[in-house]
Amino acid sequence: MKLDDAALDRIAELARLDFSDPDRRAAVLRDMERVLAFVEQLNTVDTRGVEPLVFMTEEENVLRDDVALPGVSKQDALRNAPVKDSDYFKVPRVVDKG
Amino acid sequence: MDRSEAVTGTGAPHWSERYELVVGLEVHAQLRTHSKAYSSDANAYGDHPNTNVSVVSLGHPGTLPVLNRAVVDHAIRLGLATGCTIAERMHFARKNYFYPDLPKGYQITQDSTPICTGGHVMIPVDGGEKRIGITRIHMEEDAGKSIHDVDPFHTLVDLNRAGVPLVEIVSEPDIRSGQEAYDYLVEVRRLVRHLDICDGNMEEGSLRCDANISVRPRGSDRFGTRCEVKNLNSFRNVMRAIEHEAQRQSEVLDAGGTVHMETRTFDAARGVTAGLRSKELAHDYRYFPEPDLAPLRVTPQHLERVRAAMPPLPRELRARYTGQLGLSAYDAGVLTDDKATALYFEAVLASCPNTKAAANWMMGDVRAWCNAQGRAMEDFPLPPARIAELIALIDAGAVSHSTASQRLFPLMLEQPGTPPQELAQRHDLLQQRDDGAVEAAMREAMARYPDKVQAYRQGNKGLLGLFMGEVMKATKGKADPRQANAVVRALLEQDTTS
Repeated sequence: MKLDDAALDRIAELARLDFSDPDRRAAVLRDMERVLAFVEQLNTVDTRGVEPLVFMTEEENVLRDDVALPGVSKQDALRNAPVKDSDYFKVPRVVDKG
Repeated sequence: MDRSEAVTGTGAPHWSERYELVVGLEVHAQLRTHSKAYSSDANAYGDHPNTNVSVVSLGHPGTLPVLNRAVVDHAIRLGLATGCTIAERMHFARKNYFYPDLPKGYQITQDSTPICTGGHVMIPVDGGEKRIGITRIHMEEDAGKSIHDVDPFHTLVDLNRAGVPLVEIVSEPDIRSGQEAYDYLVEVRRLVRHLDICDGNMEEGSLRCDANISVRPRGSDRFGTRCEVKNLNSFRNVMRAIEHEAQRQSEVLDAGGTVHMETRTFDAARGVTAGLRSKELAHDYRYFPEPDLAPLRVTPQHLERVRAAMPPLPRELRARYTGQLGLSAYDAGVLTDDKATALYFEAVLASCPNTKAAANWMMGDVRAWCNAQGRAMEDFPLPPARIAELIALIDAGAVSHSTASQRLFPLMLEQPGTPPQELAQRHDLLQQRDDGAVEAAMREAMARYPDKVQAYRQGNKGLLGLFMGEVMKATKGKADPRQANAVVRALLEQDTTS
């Protein structure tokens, strides 16, 4: 399956990836087309009358009682953040999504 | 509402003369649970930032969500209360987008299989009720909180709210005015509070509303293009945003333009809506079934269990009060307006056969206390059984109604732990059932005012009140007024020759 530039740009944007470098762009396009071609083999299977299989196990209703338990401490929670203060994660300024 | 603010300053005819407003609301209600939707960290508002977090709500790799049982039960409660069909089988879905307050990069929600579908909420309209359809109610999780106005170079992120359970309640486009939207929200809030599934506090964000708004020329049966207005943080702002947006869209159409489908925000300070830049809207959520949560099945037994634990609904109570109990629509409305009052009244009724008296005490002295103190029914100090005991005391003739209201009730409020019988005894408020004391007092009064006795016997029946007053004074108000009246009358009308 051919993937056009617009589709690649859209996917890149949704995934917050940068494919502006022409060499990388060509490589990624090639790889993605191969992936799609591989998956497309599934289209050869006749699935008429077959219920879609959504879950791989028969399990249902795996539920938890509503009990609050201590989670991760604030210090531990913030430990891996590249930018933080003593209370908050800090990220590059984003506009209010409203 | 204040009509003037929706009218154009130019004196032009109001938009509503040419256009019909069509609104559907999406309400997000934060569920009252101890723990989060898919992890055990605490669901609590107002704690120090990033203290109610877990590896799941932080979105750490390799962690797995597990669904909170209470979330399912809360959603079923709301579904049953709004007449929805409860799905028998369902699963969750991932809604994918990047935002710093959503650490996983996706929200776990329900897409194609919402737990509740096809219900309704009734709102009051002139002289009747209007049905607002509920399209669906589904379960999902909240995101964390982004703070934009503290640090000039960064957005601060607090993940305490990440993973807090929500239900999203989507209405049909049945709403035709800002006022109807307001009334719908009032009813939804009353319902979620009554069901004890959400505290309904819009200021703290536990109830949030987005509005889908369009207008169409009057008489048209096709919907116009809608805009979604977000950022509505009070019932009043919902109403204002709707009115403003209707006027804006009407003006666009009047000028021969077209309304574009877009997301807008409401600027409460200026009272106007504004479009968001389209780049922010370039969403493609790529929903797919959430593989980490097992599908859910709601059995008939499960439904029954939830139904049995539900409090009676305000609508059902109102119907019973006006029907079976014969209360006025107004009284029934006041008694069911908030859950605490309704439950209190129900508890009084449980041990009080005199329903009329119970309603009168609720509507009278109890309500007066709340109003005078500026307190809610939750703060009323007396247990419901005390009101039932008080009514029983009056009905047995042990205290008069006026003594009960003026003297015993205030004493009870001061000592909620003591039964009214005991208080009445201690403060000497029990009525004298003893005709002897009344008779003695009356004879004394007659001896004091022989001329009045004469005047009465000559036809000035109005003097009965004077003698009643004397008797009540002499017995310190403890005489049963009805009984005293009979004694006083009998003595006055006795054979004049005696």
